Amino acid sequence: MSSGQLFNFVTIGYFAAMILFIAFIATRSAIVAKLATVFAFVGFVVQTFAIGLRWYETYQIPGGAGYAPLSNLYESVVFFSWTILLIYLLIDLMYKQRSVGAFVLPFAFLAMTWAQLRLDATIAPLIPALQSNWLTYHVITCFLGYAAFAVACGISIMYLIKVRKEDRADENQVGGIVGTFPSAKILDDLNYKAIMIGFPLLSLGIITGAAWANYAWGTYWSWDPKETWSLIVWFIYAAFLHARITRGWAGRKAAILSIIGFAATIFCYLGVNLLLAGLHSYGS
Amino acid sequence: MSTMGRGVLNSIWDFFCSLKLTIFSLISLAVTSIIGTVIQQNLSRQEYLKVFSEKTYRILDNLQCFDMYHSSWFIGLLVLFCINLICCSIKRFPRVWHVVHNPMLAPSDQVLKAFSNVDEQLVKGDIKELTGRMEKFLAEQFTVPQLTKNEDGVYLYADKMKYARFGVYITHLSILIIFLGAIIGNVYGFKGYVNIPEGGSTDKIWLRNVQAPLPLGFSVRCEDFSVSFYGNSQRPKEYRSVLTVIDQGEVAVDHRPIVVNDPLSYKGLTFYQSNYGSAGDEVVSIKVKMRGEDKVDAFSLKRGQQVELPNGDRVRVADFAASFRNFGPAARLEVLAKGGEAHIVTIFKNFPNFDEERKGDYIFTLVDFDQLYYTGLQVTKDPGVWVVWLGCFLMVLGSLVAFFLSHRRIWVVLSEKRGKVGVRLIGSAHRNQPGFELYFDELKNKFRESLASN
Repeated sequence: MSSGQLFNFVTIGYFAAMILFIAFIATRSAIVAKLATVFAFVGFVVQTFAIGLRWYETYQIPGGAGYAPLSNLYESVVFFSWTILLIYLLIDLMYKQRSVGAFVLPFAFLAMTWAQLRLDATIAPLIPALQSNWLTYHVITCFLGYAAFAVACGISIMYLIKVRKEDRADENQVGGIVGTFPSAKILDDLNYKAIMIGFPLLSLGIITGAAWANYAWGTYWSWDPKETWSLIVWFIYAAFLHARITRGWAGRKAAILSIIGFAATIFCYLGVNLLLAGLHSYGS
Repeated sequence: MSTMGRGVLNSIWDFFCSLKLTIFSLISLAVTSIIGTVIQQNLSRQEYLKVFSEKTYRILDNLQCFDMYHSSWFIGLLVLFCINLICCSIKRFPRVWHVVHNPMLAPSDQVLKAFSNVDEQLVKGDIKELTGRMEKFLAEQFTVPQLTKNEDGVYLYADKMKYARFGVYITHLSILIIFLGAIIGNVYGFKGYVNIPEGGSTDKIWLRNVQAPLPLGFSVRCEDFSVSFYGNSQRPKEYRSVLTVIDQGEVAVDHRPIVVNDPLSYKGLTFYQSNYGSAGDEVVSIKVKMRGEDKVDAFSLKRGQQVELPNGDRVRVADFAASFRNFGPAARLEVLAKGGEAHIVTIFKNFPNFDEERKGDYIFTLVDFDQLYYTGLQVTKDPGVWVVWLGCFLMVLGSLVAFFLSHRRIWVVLSEKRGKVGVRLIGSAHRNQPGFELYFDELKNKFRESLASN
């Protein structure tokens, strides 16, 4: 079995988990929530194995020197969905807020679907610029950061829905679809915790990128669009972290800032490559 | 100074210390940074005029949008950001220093009431014995406490990870250190480039936007340059230059290969493989053997060049290619016999016996195909880079400390109350309150057990 086939199963697994999480919000059945988590977890395990298999496959192509499968758009999108699940499962393990899954799994499912249907999955050996261990450190730290921001964005959307309902109804009568949601206070705290994980990882991602650029080209910072956008993302989350301790900026505004931050993250990741010119062309 | 003057100064100081200014400068930096990613930076006037009208060009040029990351307004924003960082650190740091180094060993009831993690038990017993028991309890469950006595009672104080409070300031300092490193690099460093043909050497490099070359003080020779591809594809596998450094007549670095992710450093300068190009004509080396004879002649010929063979016939290199229809390097030779008739012979490097099969008078073999290249090297000197790395290290360290560690303080206060002893357990953490609440609940249970056991 090839890694590509396994990734198809992973996509189906994440789809099932996503639907079950949404069903949990509607039905409030604990069994459905448990089943959804099982699908998400099994999908994650299979994906881990499939990434390992693809790594092995890079050694099997003619003349292939083998490389960590993080080198092109397809591989990075697959890895992105893996990191989203990793961060999500960690937060689930710690806080057991099952309804969060309905707002996080869609990101992972969309990423896998896009990768499997639209992106070029050919294994191609590395061009000289990418032949460095820094590639692995840089990609892993960046994407773990991105994934934490994806989770934070999902939680922020929940927060905005929740406070809107809470504002309309009495405190005690918050029911219906948002009934399974954690309280606004917990969501606000989870949002902060996810960004607290993501921010040092993003900083490390930018630093490892700078170190690599310095090692390969002699410039740690050249205001390339990708670099600049990663700094923009950094500025937004730095603003978020300071906003939380300021009166008048906590709560709703912080949640909006978190969503804007993730939009900027996605632009940094995809928009820069697809719309702007620069160094990170994914070898195309 | 008048009260009003002081009032104005105070409000200016408060402005530069304010978190609102922090959020304003972070968001402005984020928003304005977008400009330089949409408008390509540092192009020539002609290139901009292809995209913008003369009028738009002049407006954008006046706003310094074509080199915006070095524009006065963007640098101004960065300076504002730094001033804000410095001011709010100056304002808050002494207070934090005080809290860390002068802990409240015996806080007043008023202060203790402000904490939300509290438990109070009224127990029978001797205050001295209970104090001893509580000291042991804290040492076992938390850490060894400090004991203070006054007229209100006995105070036990213990804290953990007090230095976690400095995490934020380490992070703030790290940003200033990174800027310092960048400034050092800009003032004392440079970025240059040089092209060296294979076999050639240079003792100077060129800086961008500077006319005169910069002498190196030593010379660098390019022994060889090669580019290789994966299989027969056009996908590059390696760009490789072999460099030798000659300093004051002596070979300092001998035949050191450099590739894209592996530069050469010498005397504070670093040479990076950056690009390459062809330097002069390509050359083919061929061998010619008369059928039935042992003697072999070898020639190196450029495209179009002609050479006379021993018996008076001539051969001309009509054409050659580095790769001919997946057969690898090939050359087309034109053999001009003395009599005047000409015929074409094609030879392949990868098939040395191919021409022998032709059964002609001559047997040609293509020995090698050589393109003379120049290697393009980027040369940089940046004495500030280690300062930048120090700043980066402190930033990661500082933010990990700031986010994940918390200064936890526990007090146990014992006081006589109507013939009994009132024992209070008070806890506080400087961050992550929900996590601390869980911890405190557990501690509270053990605290009660410890008091109950007689």
